[in-house]
Amino acid sequence: MSLPTPAQTVGPFFGYALPFPDGGNVAAATAPGVITVHGRVHDGAGRPVPDALLEFWQSGPEHSRRTDGERGARAGRPGSMRRDQVTGGFLGRDGVDFTGFGRVATDPDGHYTLRTLPPGDAPYLSVCVFARGLLHHLFTRAYLTDHPLHGADPLLSALTPQRRASLECVREDEKLHRFDIHLQGEKETTFLVFE
Amino acid sequence: MTLTQADISREIAAESEAYARSGTVRHHPSRGYAPYRSSALRHPRQPLIAVRDPDAVELSGPVFGVTDVTELDADLTRQHTGEPLGERITVTGRVLDRQGRAVTGQLVEIWQANASGRYAHQRDQHPAPLDPHFTGVGRCLTDDQGGYSFTTVKPGAYPWRNHANAWRPAHIHFSLFGAAFTQRLVTQMYFPGDPLFRYDPILQSVTDEAARARLVAAYDHDVSVPERSLGYRWDIVLDGPSPTWIEEGR
Ligand SMILES: [Fe+3]
Repeated sequence: MSLPTPAQTVGPFFGYALPFPDGGNVAAATAPGVITVHGRVHDGAGRPVPDALLEFWQSGPEHSRRTDGERGARAGRPGSMRRDQVTGGFLGRDGVDFTGFGRVATDPDGHYTLRTLPPGDAPYLSVCVFARGLLHHLFTRAYLTDHPLHGADPLLSALTPQRRASLECVREDEKLHRFDIHLQGEKETTFLVFE
Repeated sequence: MTLTQADISREIAAESEAYARSGTVRHHPSRGYAPYRSSALRHPRQPLIAVRDPDAVELSGPVFGVTDVTELDADLTRQHTGEPLGERITVTGRVLDRQGRAVTGQLVEIWQANASGRYAHQRDQHPAPLDPHFTGVGRCLTDDQGGYSFTTVKPGAYPWRNHANAWRPAHIHFSLFGAAFTQRLVTQMYFPGDPLFRYDPILQSVTDEAARARLVAAYDHDVSVPERSLGYRWDIVLDGPSPTWIEEGR
């Protein structure tokens, strides 16, 4: 067994390094069936956190298309942060492959927006939270309450109603889901550790 | 009342003693580490919920490939028309999992201050010069041995506002992906022998001395490139279950 490298905070200055264009557009806004997941990150005093970075990982939609013709809901695809070989800048996603990976920095109001397709074989998006002041990232899940598998989820079933509610998106309309994250306090989000 | 380095150093010493008394081994920082003031309102107080579901989506993870990096991304000294100022360095090492296996074809991202200790970020306004020939962002994919390598300049130490006269030791920020999302890591690499180590609440938040040492690169003369750069070696071990972890019944 090798001993792990400790985590350290992402700090305040990741903004010119980690976010990339289309980072929050896992699916194109015009894709059929696209949903928007959005919300705000709050600290223990209820204030918005303007320097958080959220990452999303999810299984693919049931019929996701891939350029290599391969299917398999949990097999991610490259191309989240495609680079332009001419300028060295970012090209954006190719609009065909569903990579399953999203990355968004919160805005000055602590808000983020993600556009994606509902995952095929699980009722949730996996979320990883980084922020200045957070020495070790936090995992949580954004559950889609209208997903067919939502009712049978083993993690949700094991939680108290309040802890459970913190993991469930609020459905604002058919295609708009709100998922706020509270790092601390009365409405504290349920965070997860994988063993 | 101004918060002084002596105040913070006292708190660091108290945390260190409490850790020694606990008799446990903790590899990662505690999310609520009082000497790092920004952590106070940004860490959960409820216990984390352990997930042991072999079907968890987090046991798979994002994939990156040749479309996500260009060759120049790993050389931070060649991203502008001229050469950046500072001591040119090569930083290389291997990315492994807890079982010591190479993490191959995965994304490594770095960002750092320039040689004067200034980030190319609008919110870093401390009076050190920006370098028009240095941005300080790099990325690469690990090779089939889990190896990565960057050419850059040695970042400068910089002041911050945790307390009066607070200075961060020189460091490079690293972001790493493993074969599973559970293995995600964001951390910082430090340079050997930095006199600022003991004063820095972010490094000292890792209260285990051996774990802290794993954040410090080693000078490696064999990595130095003649007439070009000084070499540092830093291996990284990703924590968390990997996709095969469950299959192997561990
Ligand atoms: Fe930094």
